[in-house]
Amino acid sequence: MYVMIREVENSLHKLKFIKEEGRKNALDAIKEIGKPPVDPTARVDRYLEYFTIGPQSMDPAGIVYKLDHILDVRDTRLKDEVKMMAPGCDDVQVNNLENTLEAAMALNFIYKVVRHYYIQGKKTLSLYVIMQIQMILPMVMKEAEAYASALKAFAYGQPIGDGAGPLVAAKLMHGYEIRKLSKDCVMATIPLEGRTALIIKAEGPGGNVGKPGDAVEAVIEENEGKIANVIMIDAGLKLEGETLGEVADGIGAAIGGPGVDQYKIEEKLTKYHIPINAIIIKEDIGDAVSPLRKEINDAVDKVIERVKALILEQTKEGDKVIIVGVGNSIGVGQ
Amino acid sequence: MMIVLIVLALSVVSILLAVSVYLSGVSTPSHVVSSSQTGQDDLTAAFLAIIGLVAMTMSMFTLSQSRRQAAEMKIEIPKVMTTIECKKCGTKTMREFQRGDYVYKDLDACPKCPDTKQVITAVYKEIKEKEKTYNV
Repeated sequence: MYVMIREVENSLHKLKFIKEEGRKNALDAIKEIGKPPVDPTARVDRYLEYFTIGPQSMDPAGIVYKLDHILDVRDTRLKDEVKMMAPGCDDVQVNNLENTLEAAMALNFIYKVVRHYYIQGKKTLSLYVIMQIQMILPMVMKEAEAYASALKAFAYGQPIGDGAGPLVAAKLMHGYEIRKLSKDCVMATIPLEGRTALIIKAEGPGGNVGKPGDAVEAVIEENEGKIANVIMIDAGLKLEGETLGEVADGIGAAIGGPGVDQYKIEEKLTKYHIPINAIIIKEDIGDAVSPLRKEINDAVDKVIERVKALILEQTKEGDKVIIVGVGNSIGVGQ
Repeated sequence: MMIVLIVLALSVVSILLAVSVYLSGVSTPSHVVSSSQTGQDDLTAAFLAIIGLVAMTMSMFTLSQSRRQAAEMKIEIPKVMTTIECKKCGTKTMREFQRGDYVYKDLDACPKCPDTKQVITAVYKEIKEKEKTYNV
């Protein structure tokens, strides 16, 4: 038990250091970019303790839209907080600072949970309380280290591994006319292998994931359901032993998060009987939130080749296809 | 940490005791104590010295480990590179990332083709060290 407590204690020291660095980085970024008229320290500390209460699920009917509403309110509130902290920022910088603060918030939360189990274990001298945290500690530390390396990437506006999907979409739509879609999404209509491809991604280069669910819904309705195929491209978590940047394809809505967007896309696809394909670029959690690695960048061309092959195999000439690049568009324009 | 410091202090005490037992045995004239008594003192001193040294080594090792862990606590900032390409002549250049860079950002005109703007085509980090592989 003593060995376990020591192990948790050492990790807790490291987590505390990482958490403090996260807070310091966020504060420095706000002071440097936002030029706040007053010291933002108190506001940042309050932000780090921010919480969101999910909707009640006793009667689950309509819960997706309740959750969607809560997430919208949260997003607006957090953006407003950042704007108040850093009034000198443009929209791109506000998004980047919000991402930086969210990474710091995640680090703060991880530290507090580990500390909770450590103190509770010491207080109760219960092996099982300590064991619970000690057993998952390597994964917790890996995640914390990933968030720590994400802090600078977010503050500087560098593309991250999770931006693999938007990067593919950006490469396809670059040079074509771009139009804005629902909340924080953009779309371009391009010719691809004799078909019309409707490319959707979150608006960059600010750090944001947009609402691809709403965007896909809107585009399908605009076209009265006459869509031959939907292809979703996203970063997918790789298992140990798999190669970074490996491309794999399958079926289904490739989108993470709380599930609201996935639900909306699946609803619309079912209504119009539209087939859906997914292509993922494999990476681990550390790569997903830290600056984009060369292997992932190199995988973009492979994905485009795969998209073209899928279109040729599964659609006819003249068909309309929706291609969605899912992920955080930080550092990726269009 | 507290336990390690206590062990370190006890190890010092043990070594001092060993020295004192040994010296008391040496300074006492041989006609005052028997030879078996002197032998027993030497054995006690050696025993105390061994315990003290082992405890001291272990506590010093633990301390140095925690110091090393503290020194290792830093967040590494990876070097991120920006690739710039001319749309017309295709010339590629690479430089270190600068704040404000993003993929597909238009930059100044290309030095070779003054009528064409250069564009950032990639921003990424390159990690040279290879991951450990397991032959399974």
